[in-house]
Amino acid sequence: MSMLLEVEGLHASYGDFRVLHGLDFSVEKGGISTLLGANGAGKTTTLRALCGMIKRSGTIRFDGKDISGKATEDIVRLGVAHVPEGRGTFTGLTTEENLQCGAMTRSSRAEIARDLEQAYHWFPRLKERRNQQAGTLSGGEQQMLAIARALMLRPRLMLLDEPSFGLAPLIVQEMFSILRKVNQEEQVSMLIVEQNAGVVLELADTAFVLETGDIVMSGSAAEIRDNETIRAAYLGY
Amino acid sequence: MELLVQQLVTGIATGGIYACMALAVVMIYQAIHHLNFAQGEMAMFSTFIAWQMLAWGVPYWLVIPLTVVISFAGGVAIERLVIRPLGDAPVLSHIVVFIGLFAIINSLAGFIWDFTIKPFPSPFGEGSQFGGLISNHQVGMIAVTMTVLVILFLFFQYTRVGLAMRAAAENPASARLVGIRVGWMIALGWGMAAAIGAIAGILIAPIVFLEPNMMLSILLYGFAGAVLGGLTSPTGAVFGGFMVGIIENLAGTYIPEIGGELKLPIALFLIVTVLVFKPTGLFGRTVVQRV
Repeated sequence: MSMLLEVEGLHASYGDFRVLHGLDFSVEKGGISTLLGANGAGKTTTLRALCGMIKRSGTIRFDGKDISGKATEDIVRLGVAHVPEGRGTFTGLTTEENLQCGAMTRSSRAEIARDLEQAYHWFPRLKERRNQQAGTLSGGEQQMLAIARALMLRPRLMLLDEPSFGLAPLIVQEMFSILRKVNQEEQVSMLIVEQNAGVVLELADTAFVLETGDIVMSGSAAEIRDNETIRAAYLGY
Repeated sequence: MELLVQQLVTGIATGGIYACMALAVVMIYQAIHHLNFAQGEMAMFSTFIAWQMLAWGVPYWLVIPLTVVISFAGGVAIERLVIRPLGDAPVLSHIVVFIGLFAIINSLAGFIWDFTIKPFPSPFGEGSQFGGLISNHQVGMIAVTMTVLVILFLFFQYTRVGLAMRAAAENPASARLVGIRVGWMIALGWGMAAAIGAIAGILIAPIVFLEPNMMLSILLYGFAGAVLGGLTSPTGAVFGGFMVGIIENLAGTYIPEIGGELKLPIALFLIVTVLVFKPTGLFGRTVVQRV
């Protein structure tokens, strides 16, 4: 299996404060990788570094091309959809306008209209709320909207930052089953950052454990899941 | 009664100009969260460009679109060359730059065209309608400002670029994550604000006459309109602009103590009153941020 995303020696810092100390990890084409770790381990920073939202160094190869020097907008245009921490909803726009924004880099109106219907098919609740201001949606609905908006890009790789954060367990289950379907039916690869290790390890095939800016463990999701020591030491469940 | 109608129409006509200036101010405010003090001077300079072309014998119907295009390019250029390098500099740096722009554009206009007051012909000619109740120019002002405002509304509501501009103003980080080129959207906002200002300048010049300081009070009324309607709401700014125009004219006519001389303090009075009692303006929203 070839790699869609290959990261080698990724460093990042906020000002003088170094947060990532040379990470190596990867996402297979059509695969799902997860980055696990406690608060402050550098998970969000890793995603932000991948997208060029903060200063970073190291090699980041997306589909063989080095993107480590590119601007955020240009990385997005290659097909990398980032669902940010806190969902990044355009709260003043309607649900449908948010989805239209997701397709801003695409040109075919017919295809966009079709994908809009597809998004409403994945998330019927959003269709009910299509003309409502996105800021008035519930937390779960806003998370659905964030994922739906990312899908409007027709991404090849989705970066999801704590998609389960603040959501009820039932909603989390529903959302992860949709992510699984998106991965299988649309061949969208994913890199998911999570604290909720139990749920994401069911979905992912590869896992990387992050601790204060270093990857301390990696392996197949099943290995990590079944390893009592890792679970107790890093994942806390 | 006739006086009232006349004053109302005059108020709406000049209110349209204030609405345009208020909208220009709000468009830039939404994108960079600073008030552009030089907005009026940019409009004044555009009006001089129009005057120069008229003096060269270019027909009026060609002068207006040419001026709008040149002003748009000028607005984009100012953003790219002066504002963008400022980046996230503190508020005071921005204020100093805006004051600098104000002084430079003002002096440049005086240097090129000198400070004498020049008459500016109305694109709608002399004469009046409805038995002398409304001048042709006022009818033209109302028609043009309304058309501009409707076009802008349709642009922001129904085009993809309009949507991209709204998204970029509301949440720049998220806008980048969907691939919107936020920097260019801000430049586009500057260009459009400059173009709107140019139209406002050409429409008001026949009334206040052309000279480098002509837009000073107009911009003040525009600020009053923007503050009244709410700096976060383009619709509110437009409404506020019209309200200021009407209030200004009615107060000047019916309150003898105010008269023609004390019209300008009304704008300042409005700004202070709104900021004291309802800082977000009539239509503005309070920005609540989750920590």
